[in-house]
Amino acid sequence: MTLHPIRLTVNGKSEEASVPAAMTLLEFLRERLYLTGAKEGCGAGECGACTVLLDGLPVTACLVLAVEGDGREVRTVEGEAKATGLSVLQRAFIEEGAIQCGFCTPGMIMSARGLLERNSNPTDAEIVEAIAGNLCRCTGYEAIVAAIRRAAKEERDRR
Amino acid sequence: MTLIGAGVPRPDAADKVRGEARFVDDLAFPGMLHARVIRSPIPHGRILRVDLSRVATHPRVHCTVTPDDVPGENVVHVIYDDQPALASDVVRYVGEPVALLAAEDRESAREAETLARVDYEALPAVSDPLEALRPGAPVVAVPAAAEGRDESPNLFNRMRLVKGDVKRGFAEADVIVEGEYRTGYQEHAYLETQGAIAVPEEQGAITIYGSLQCPFYVQGAVAKVLGLPLAKVRVVQTATGGAFGGKEDVPSQVASLAALLAWKARRAVKLVYDREEDVLTTSKRHPSVVRYKSGAKKDGTLTAIEVDFVYNAGAYQTLSSAVLWRGLLTAAGPYRVPNVGIDGRSVATHTVPNGAFRGFGSPQVIFAHESQMDSLAERLGMDRLEIRRRNALRVGDETACGQKLKESVGVLETIERARELSRWEDRLRAVAAFNASHPHRRRGVGVSSVLYGVGLGAKSPFLDKAGAYLKLEADGSVTLAVGTVEMGQGLTAALSQIACDALGIRIDRLQLTPVDTTRVPDSGPTVASRGTLMSGLAVLDAVKKLRARILDASNGLGIPEEEIPARLNEIARSFFLRNLDPAVEGWAHAEPVDWDPETGLGNPYFVYSYATHVAEVEVDLTTGEISLEDCVAVHDSGKILNQGTASGQVEGGIVQGLGFAVTEEIAEKDGRLKVKGFTTYRIPTIRDAPPSPTVEFVEALYSPGPFGAKGLGEVPLMAAHAAIARAIAHAIGKAVSAYPLSPERVRQALAS
Repeated sequence: MTLHPIRLTVNGKSEEASVPAAMTLLEFLRERLYLTGAKEGCGAGECGACTVLLDGLPVTACLVLAVEGDGREVRTVEGEAKATGLSVLQRAFIEEGAIQCGFCTPGMIMSARGLLERNSNPTDAEIVEAIAGNLCRCTGYEAIVAAIRRAAKEERDRR
Repeated sequence: MTLIGAGVPRPDAADKVRGEARFVDDLAFPGMLHARVIRSPIPHGRILRVDLSRVATHPRVHCTVTPDDVPGENVVHVIYDDQPALASDVVRYVGEPVALLAAEDRESAREAETLARVDYEALPAVSDPLEALRPGAPVVAVPAAAEGRDESPNLFNRMRLVKGDVKRGFAEADVIVEGEYRTGYQEHAYLETQGAIAVPEEQGAITIYGSLQCPFYVQGAVAKVLGLPLAKVRVVQTATGGAFGGKEDVPSQVASLAALLAWKARRAVKLVYDREEDVLTTSKRHPSVVRYKSGAKKDGTLTAIEVDFVYNAGAYQTLSSAVLWRGLLTAAGPYRVPNVGIDGRSVATHTVPNGAFRGFGSPQVIFAHESQMDSLAERLGMDRLEIRRRNALRVGDETACGQKLKESVGVLETIERARELSRWEDRLRAVAAFNASHPHRRRGVGVSSVLYGVGLGAKSPFLDKAGAYLKLEADGSVTLAVGTVEMGQGLTAALSQIACDALGIRIDRLQLTPVDTTRVPDSGPTVASRGTLMSGLAVLDAVKKLRARILDASNGLGIPEEEIPARLNEIARSFFLRNLDPAVEGWAHAEPVDWDPETGLGNPYFVYSYATHVAEVEVDLTTGEISLEDCVAVHDSGKILNQGTASGQVEGGIVQGLGFAVTEEIAEKDGRLKVKGFTTYRIPTIRDAPPSPTVEFVEALYSPGPFGAKGLGEVPLMAAHAAIARAIAHAIGKAVSAYPLSPERVRQALAS
């Protein structure tokens, strides 16, 4: 099997690896770097549980090849807060009751992070748009929207 | 009491937002192999030859397993023993496991799977339950599992409930309405697929790590298939990414398959289903046909009901007898009905075995009973909420099965509160005004009231128990273990609140350990909305015992009672220094139940929860598309221990109910499910969800429950789908008789 060298930044840390052409970014993150926050819910880009940021934009990591990450910057849920702390966004998810089983949560957080990086003051419609590709089977979504709305406000207030 | 009823954050929340909760696929063990299941591609056939020689020569394949390798009994034990772990002679559904392989890595396992060669002689198959009951239909059921075999070889179970005199009841009625209602498959679509890791241990034991609801079911199933004593099988629940009943019986199969490979390989084996495999081959909600006849007096009082319902059970029994039983006991709704005749059948077909799904055989009959109530109201010119209010059960009333309700009957209050919160009359007027001014759109309002028997009831009273283990550590922190699981519903929050409240400690001083069958006795399954109630009682029992010891010790130390919480570390230290026993076990069992299978009458459940939902929808008359505009949900689940997690259950249940009634569909043709993961199975997205549903709890306390709590988890879905369906019927002014109410079906109804 031919291996391809890649060099990329993951959560601010530079990583070098040799990967098979068919390896997905999700497999690379989970199996090579042990960053298991991003989940495989469907393997077909339908559920959003594997959402990470690639150069700041949300992507479903199950549909991106690891080699496509070469020279780029990846952010996962593990990079959302330092050490054992919680980001404003993570705290908002807890306080608004936006978590049940938690399997969709890392992907939701990364879709929300992608939105807040582009738009610090999103409308509800923009929040809905941002997580329309993230399925949740537990919460009914309302609490998730409330959490993102709250995080946006608190992040703005901190500036 | 300070924590009870409060919105305390969930103990599992921080791990989940940080991506650190460990789901089964996030775990690995040294030398772990990856499994794949070789499955039947046909709905019915004889296995002629299983040739795994090419699989075995794949350089990365470690071993394969066929029925000859099963050391114990080749069955997946659920209620009956009709389902083999691996089909050895005949296959009965598309996707049935036939053989197994384990490889060094996931990709190789997938590659090797394609090298398996299995020859079948295709046999005639039947996938429709009514056809399966006809004389001469292909036989599906294993004879020993067909309780109704004298009537039809494919009749798994038939259950009846007869009370009063139905004939007389209909003779006394001023109006009689009849309807036939059909519902289709609903897939659980938990975001985390099924998965388990089996790890061979020392002294001939095995440990299973898995995504599951019922650790003790898995323990029993694995012991049976491996031929081991129960003590040799340990089951540890991993963080579970949604379940909804889908991880009640299926994990027994998944774990058994992983265990068979691990046992032969003598290495850890991981088996995680991919989405397509999960949707195609695991249990779903039973498709149903329900015929319903109702009679009422001019004032709306019900005089009689007659119900005949058939559930498509699929190829093996799994939980179908219990699902049917709950359907039987829910079919009358939360209403007083003096004369009752209910007849339910579960039928074997050559399709995937159906099983538990939130509501457990009740949503199908609820669609029917709520549609019937609206039909009666329409015929009588009565308000739809009013006819429900008039017939609603009250304390002192008798249910359809003759159970006298002694306390905790909040259904009337849910109806009255739903009327107020939904501004029912104003809303009806507003909808009428909207419809008058919008030629291509129609709005409608629907209502639905339900009852739910909490716990497992008289179908399996031996399962309604629970244990707890509580240990005071030497620094005053506390370890707690229970035998029911967190799967998203918020159980850990509720149980932590109960323990911390009683001991006067902060939530972060309590550690709830992962559920592990070696830590507490068999606590029954985490199903039937029983987790908080049963484990809550077990925790209260443990806390009572530990508190008594703490009081003794604090007396000895001269610490006044009110100072105990602040000085618990001192007291705990004295336990350590004086060699006092710091650990206790709590135990709880449900109140007695009874039920007569001959008449269908008795006291099948110890208590009931209730709910009333009001839904408002908008229908696009051109496309047939539906949008859920609003929902008001009022629940009586007794005392609510945590407002936040309870509201979350209701909000999620509304959206899952929307999926059942409107968006979720699996077509079936010749025993093959036409579905490809989430690509074709459409669960509601945020675009489908109502923007801000109103959720309220009325609390009709259940005195034996923890602080008066009953059960909640399943009820929101049960009430939501019917309210939505009835709102659609109201909007389009046509009868609505089959789920899902897809745009196509709505257009058909409009054209009728």
